[in-house]
Amino acid sequence: MDFFRSIWIILEKDLTTELRTKELIGSMFIFALLVIVIFNFAFEAGRDEILLIGPGILWVAFTFSGSLGLNHAFAVEKENNCLQGMMLAPIDRGNIYLAKVIGTTIFMYIVELMMLPIFSILFNISIIENLPGLLLMNGLGTIGFCAVGTTVSAVTANTKMREMMLPIILFPLLIPLFIGVVEASSALMQGGVMQSEEIGVFRNWVKILIGFDTLFIIVSYWIFNYILEE
Amino acid sequence: MNSLLQAIQAENISKSFGRLVVLRRINLSIAPGEHVALLGRNGAGKTTLLRILTGLIHPTTGTVWIDAMELQKEPEKCRSRIGFISHQTFLYDDLTPIQNLKFYAGLYQVDDAEERITELLKIFGLFHRQSVPVRTFSRGMKQRLTIARAFLHNPAYLFLDEPFTGLDFGAANLLIDQLNRLGDSRHTTILVTHDLEKAYRLSERIIVIEKGKKAFDESTKNISFSELKSHYRKYSEISGNTLN
Repeated sequence: MDFFRSIWIILEKDLTTELRTKELIGSMFIFALLVIVIFNFAFEAGRDEILLIGPGILWVAFTFSGSLGLNHAFAVEKENNCLQGMMLAPIDRGNIYLAKVIGTTIFMYIVELMMLPIFSILFNISIIENLPGLLLMNGLGTIGFCAVGTTVSAVTANTKMREMMLPIILFPLLIPLFIGVVEASSALMQGGVMQSEEIGVFRNWVKILIGFDTLFIIVSYWIFNYILEE
Repeated sequence: MNSLLQAIQAENISKSFGRLVVLRRINLSIAPGEHVALLGRNGAGKTTLLRILTGLIHPTTGTVWIDAMELQKEPEKCRSRIGFISHQTFLYDDLTPIQNLKFYAGLYQVDDAEERITELLKIFGLFHRQSVPVRTFSRGMKQRLTIARAFLHNPAYLFLDEPFTGLDFGAANLLIDQLNRLGDSRHTTILVTHDLEKAYRLSERIIVIEKGKKAFDESTKNISFSELKSHYRKYSEISGNTLN
């Protein structure tokens, strides 16, 4: 079957389900909002400190809410053993992985777009000047998070305590990604209009994140058939 | 036997999970249009064999051919010819019957999908509930939709893993009716069940799997139901099971 068509069919099913239930984005948003509000109350920090720790706070919120999305991605397929239904279909099983990565990335990115203005208001930081850069970093970070997370979610879907196992296995794997996305976002937020040196640092982190995303997507696509089988 | 002549051919199939050996060097040839029942006690290996024949899992050793195509080399072509019904529905509870069937029709590239879906919903008495989420359905209605899903792409090979579990009387009869219709055509069915009576009624050949090996393989033409029952009782007694 056509590569893009099979991915679209699975993605369309996930989007239709979410449009019908509106369960996932709603719970991811509330979770991320709660984390940011708690940090807002916890830190009595000045503007300089917030610029330094702000990206970290944002990504803690995104990571926690994203974990909900990843858990859901395969939990819904385990119900009634729908995953087996897809595995029996005449499609490359790697396409199931790609469709799940795209779907989870879309849901997580929508939540991030809703959270950025709330973060800006709560912490009194303007993000307008470097919004395109922030959106790019968030996009690359989210793709990487979902690329690794979807694979781990598929592995943990068959375990007894999958909700607990997912973050325990996933978060250590994501440390390089977190460092990259937080450092680059921090450079953006602190820099205002970026100087040439900061632009260089930002570009390096972008390259590293693109490499991370590409590597994990290719490797996961390749091994996904074996992951599903076991 | 020449594998090209057989619809399904399995050679030297073994499967181990760690130290546990589930299947031991099973050879199997199923002719086009043949209706076969796989019987055996719990844990005998019949479901594992079915999962290997459908490509859900790889055998530890051995090879499977479907329509003379090697399953491991051409998995997608082989899977496009397979339909599968188990006691699990493979249905998304939040979606309607139409959305569920459209999804599977897309995956199987069914021609004239809308017409086919409408036809099946009418056959299985679900047309009037086509826009209601599946989670509101009774177990029997869900199973009827499951049967419709399996027949959607008109598979040449239908694998049935304990399909009667949880079915109400009407749904079980509908499934039997559909299987009998397949009996008139040249479809091939492989039925895994504990129900000896249904196995004998719906199949032309009975295979008993015991401790991972093929212990009995006979055409229903050559054996009466009471003979089959006594044979099966022998295997059940050997393995400590009681016959229903």
